[in-house]
Amino acid sequence: MSRTSYREALREAMREALARDPRVFLMGEDVGRYGGTFAVSKGLVDEFGEQRVRDTPLSELAFVGAGIGAALGGMRPIVEVMTVNFCLLALDQLMNTAATLRHMSGGQFSVPLVVRMTTGAGRQLAAQHSHSLEGWLAHIPGLKILAPATLEDARGMLWPALEDPDPVLLFEQGALYNVEGELDETEVVGIRSARVRRAGSDLTLIAYGGTLAKALEAAEQLAGEGISAEVIDLRVLRPLDDATIMESVRRTRRALVVDEGWRSGSLAAEIIARIVEQAFFDLDAPPARVCSAEVPTPYAKHLEDAALPQVPAIVAAARGLLGR
Amino acid sequence: MIEFRMPSLGADMDAGTLLQWQVAPGDAVHRGQVVAVVDTAKAAVEIECWQEGRVFELLIQPGDKVPVGTPIATLLEAGGSAETAPRRPAPVAARKAAQPQTPNPPPAATPGAAPATRTRITPVARQRAAELGIDAATLTGTGPQGAVTLADVEAVATQKPAVQPATAQDRHAAMRQAIAAAMSRSKREIPHYYLSETVPMAVALAWLAAYNAELPPERRLLPGVLVLKAVALALGDYPQLNGYWIDGAFRPGPGIHLGVAVALRQGGLIAPALHDVASKPLPQLMEELGDLVQRARSYSLRSSELSEATLTVTQLGDQGVDGVFGVIYPPQVALVGVGRIAERPWVEDGRVCALACAQFSLAADHRASDGHYGASFLAEVRRRLQQPDSL
Repeated sequence: MSRTSYREALREAMREALARDPRVFLMGEDVGRYGGTFAVSKGLVDEFGEQRVRDTPLSELAFVGAGIGAALGGMRPIVEVMTVNFCLLALDQLMNTAATLRHMSGGQFSVPLVVRMTTGAGRQLAAQHSHSLEGWLAHIPGLKILAPATLEDARGMLWPALEDPDPVLLFEQGALYNVEGELDETEVVGIRSARVRRAGSDLTLIAYGGTLAKALEAAEQLAGEGISAEVIDLRVLRPLDDATIMESVRRTRRALVVDEGWRSGSLAAEIIARIVEQAFFDLDAPPARVCSAEVPTPYAKHLEDAALPQVPAIVAAARGLLGR
Repeated sequence: MIEFRMPSLGADMDAGTLLQWQVAPGDAVHRGQVVAVVDTAKAAVEIECWQEGRVFELLIQPGDKVPVGTPIATLLEAGGSAETAPRRPAPVAARKAAQPQTPNPPPAATPGAAPATRTRITPVARQRAAELGIDAATLTGTGPQGAVTLADVEAVATQKPAVQPATAQDRHAAMRQAIAAAMSRSKREIPHYYLSETVPMAVALAWLAAYNAELPPERRLLPGVLVLKAVALALGDYPQLNGYWIDGAFRPGPGIHLGVAVALRQGGLIAPALHDVASKPLPQLMEELGDLVQRARSYSLRSSELSEATLTVTQLGDQGVDGVFGVIYPPQVALVGVGRIAERPWVEDGRVCALACAQFSLAADHRASDGHYGASFLAEVRRRLQQPDSL
């Protein structure tokens, strides 16, 4: 165990990858001299040089495309997109190129690209930099979507993502960067399955990324009321780990999804659809979800707080599932 | 369209409580198939259906108590179609009101208000209730939106069954009432006459001893089976004692189905029918009798066994009485009583000897038969018991 932060864990993962594999390089806006907008890559340029930690022009379309080209050329690029909203400028590269080339080339080409993005709200960055669009991107076949919520996943997901022969998008919830704690270096991190982060028997809280901590806090409060909540950390948003979800829900018979995305057409909607498809006859309550309000994310602190999934709303929804 | 009605499972039954359907709309049903379980005052009885067809609609739910004769389901005759079948309103039953509680919606979910008439039952609660034979719609829900949950169903199943056979105490009181009603009716309406006859049993016992000698205990015959067979064969010759007095006229029984009086351990008695006794070999009768007594004592009889006896036989010899003069079980017209089989002084060829005998009695309805006829019947029973080989 060692004391660290989510930000440092991500940096350490990149440092290890850069040191371990000469094909790995990092590029993005201000990742070099400035050390990254969220200081994740701070110091790496001094250590690995400008060839391997590259500042790019302000064009997501161009540098995500360049990353795809480098991956096709045999490199293992890590592309940082500052916040998820900017990936919209590169959506054609992500969706139409990275996700499709294996298919379009009849399997001759693969795109071993890793794109890191900051996602989520909670830091008063207002409507244009506070989206949770990972659910959108998880709609796209050909991409693998990861959402590290713990120090261990922040530290451990990058390397298997780089080893994956296909494009992997890694979503870092911005409010997590400053989270500190003890990193368990013995935990083996894979990128295939969800994990039960807290065992329980009365209902299953399904969360990921920035909502995991809230779900765990809600579970703690619920325990004080005699409600035993299991908490699942999805970790992998595409492909979803149905088995872990269904095993839990069939046991607890109640499911509550906590998703920072907007409700309509959300990842939460997909998860609930799957629960109803696969575990309907085991349910003892209608599946429920706590999502963000369907508004552009407000700037004002109290309004932003009100728009996002918060612990009291999770607790209240959980009580509702038990008829309390 | 066939109406399937709450059957009468004996003269002492005026209403039945449905415990469980064993069929669902759309199921094909066949003659003799058990379609439901009904709780009468005496027992939880499996109800058989006597028509061929397909279940169209179930008109009552588990927990409903309806009078005998009330339609409880509709069946489509083979080849019938639902389009031509008029739906009928469910009978008024003593069903517990099941008003959904005021919904307690989860904060984020606002589904449109469901029709207030339908009780919300979660899928797993519905499934569990079906397994337990509980009508979940009658329960009060404590779950989200007032839904009946798994816990609600299991609470009912474990604590205070709403739709379960009555408790032993309730059942005992109800059975006492039922017996009182039937016996009072019998003594009020039926002009009984009584005959008795001492029947030598030595030949029959000797035959039994020889028959049983080679057999393991579980396959051995008891004297009671010989008696039943002899009575049944004699009834074949005396059909006026085998049947019912209904609406001022005698109606012959559809077969020779002997009601076997079974004393229940908790008190009370029940006399389910052993079917077609005259035509069955003794080992089969022995097996069926054992099964019948066991099921009677565990309250799990079938409707045909409760309603179709054509004459009742009561054997009280085990209790040590010499003879029994019984009260006829309406609408039957006769009852045969058998006392203890024991060695008694017997005069034969001018000499007194010891001989195993039993006193047989006949209580018969004078409206349906006369003493001379009854006497000849008892003589026939006696004659048959002297030829155990032919039983």
